[in-house]
Amino acid sequence: MADAENRDRGQLRLSEDECKGCGLCVEACAFKVISLSEGLNHYGYRTAMYAGAGCSGCGICFLACPEPGAITVLRLRGTAAAHGRGRVISIPGAA
Amino acid sequence: MSNEVLADYDIAQCKADAFYDQYDRKGELQHQTHYCPGCGHGNISKMLASAIDDLGIQDRTILINPVGCSVFGYYYFDVGNVQAAHGRAPAVATAVKRSRPHSIVVSYQGDGDLSAIGSAEILHAANRGENITAIFVNNATYSMTGGQAGPTTLIGQRSTTTPNGRSAANEGYPLRVSELLSTLAAPVYIERVGLGNNKQIAQAARAIRRAVENQVRGLGFSLIEILSPCPTIWKMTPVEAQHWVRDVMERTYPLGVFCDRTKEVEPRNVDLPKPALSEIPALLEIADTVQLAGEIPGVPSVVDLHIRVAGFGGQGVLLLGEVLAEAGLNAGLEVSWLPSYGPEMRSGTSNCHVRLSHSPIDSPMVSSPNVLIAMNEPSLRKFSATVRPGGWILYNGDAVPQECLQNDIHSLALPFTHLADELGDSRITNMLMLGALLEITGVLPQAHVDSALSSLVKSARFLSLDRSALQQGRSLYRERQKAMLLAE
Ligand code: SF4
Ligand code: SF4
Ligand code: SF4
Repeated sequence: MADAENRDRGQLRLSEDECKGCGLCVEACAFKVISLSEGLNHYGYRTAMYAGAGCSGCGICFLACPEPGAITVLRLRGTAAAHGRGRVISIPGAA
Repeated sequence: MSNEVLADYDIAQCKADAFYDQYDRKGELQHQTHYCPGCGHGNISKMLASAIDDLGIQDRTILINPVGCSVFGYYYFDVGNVQAAHGRAPAVATAVKRSRPHSIVVSYQGDGDLSAIGSAEILHAANRGENITAIFVNNATYSMTGGQAGPTTLIGQRSTTTPNGRSAANEGYPLRVSELLSTLAAPVYIERVGLGNNKQIAQAARAIRRAVENQVRGLGFSLIEILSPCPTIWKMTPVEAQHWVRDVMERTYPLGVFCDRTKEVEPRNVDLPKPALSEIPALLEIADTVQLAGEIPGVPSVVDLHIRVAGFGGQGVLLLGEVLAEAGLNAGLEVSWLPSYGPEMRSGTSNCHVRLSHSPIDSPMVSSPNVLIAMNEPSLRKFSATVRPGGWILYNGDAVPQECLQNDIHSLALPFTHLADELGDSRITNMLMLGALLEITGVLPQAHVDSALSSLVKSARFLSLDRSALQQGRSLYRERQKAMLLAE
């Protein structure tokens, strides 16, 4: 993982259970860091996967995705919150 | 991805609080919407939910759900929800908003719902400038029912009902709702947006938020029309459907703001003082006939009459009930009068339900009366079993058969029609019986009955006959009481 100076501005979390594999997030991401899985999930969808790095945190994939909870976009603390809904998540065990 | 790295990140976008965590749908899919993959309804719902979160109005938002693919909004939105009949969402929204002016009312409709069967409701809600937010999802087809042509279907677009494509000559032109409503003077904000690419999607989110915010600020009617992909009915992939919005739909439905009066209009004051209940009679100019609250002179403090009047058509069943209700109203009681006709105007059966009460009436239906006025034998046989224990039966006949008198029911049976004949006209039978009823119950001062009678009976001859019949009815009961006391 990148060190503190060189971190991505954004991080992505995708819910395999909520994704319907429509591919709109893949189309929406200018940084091309989302793709659809080869395998199928429980419901038979190829679901969205994050490349693991390169997300800008722009949040456009969230708006392009029709499912309420399939995508969560995280943004590096201290960077401008373009969409203004910054909330700190509490992560068990984190400092 | 380790926790230390994540700990430096804040959530920028996530499932809105305005959505339920789990959706209480049938079956196992309680964490997904019912929408097809790539359906624009999902995006629009998310935009609305984010707007509700951002504006901090979740606990006072009421969503009016339509008929169509988006009928299940109430499974997803953790706000107040009403599901309206097909097309009626703006009318329901009007009622909700007016009765709860502090609530934020969003009517959410598709194009089949809003622009076809509901075209009148949206037109008039917009024209009245109701302070509501209308979300109008246009996907140019009836999706839920399998893709029939609707008013918004494009020229040339194939559907199950336009297999060769819509033709203007046969089905008319696509209805441009935003343009149409923008010709009205009242709407405050009307914009058409699309879900055709990232830029359009971001604009749609802004427009929806703005339309809700307009209502929060009390500005008036806002409508956002969203050109929304329906990959299933359009028979396209989600990405192709997105392109079709941008490349094809937009040519018929140009995007943009069609009306914006948000800078000019004054915010409405929803806190206008409401008149107290006691002021309403004066506002309606009926103060001289109505007395509200507290002791009513000449009326017992507890009145709870459930009266059923039944007979054949032409016996004056309905008039009897009307005089009773009107007199009760004059006296300041809560009243209801509900007629129930047989199919025949003459010689058929006729009955009515009357309630008189000192407190608000829950239902005007009288299914178990405490007073039954039976003007003929069939009515007695039909309704006597419904009379409450301890109640009264007034019967137009010589005697009430024993089998009709269960449960301590009191009765007064007299050949009222013969007595009416002797007084001059058999048609005043009803007033004789009413007079007896008034004497038995003692709830209404005669003055109120007199004024009710004179407002309902126009013929001078009948008015005077009716008046004397009422008095005669009262004394018939008093005499019977005397006779019974003597007999004991
Ligand atoms: S937030 Fe932006 S950069 Fe990151 S995955 Fe989504 S669209 Fe791509
Ligand atoms: S847009 Fe949403 S539902 Fe569609 S593939 Fe991406 S994450 Fe899945
Ligand atoms: S039929 Fe069309 S509008 Fe209805 S849920 Fe599916 S994609 Fe959406």
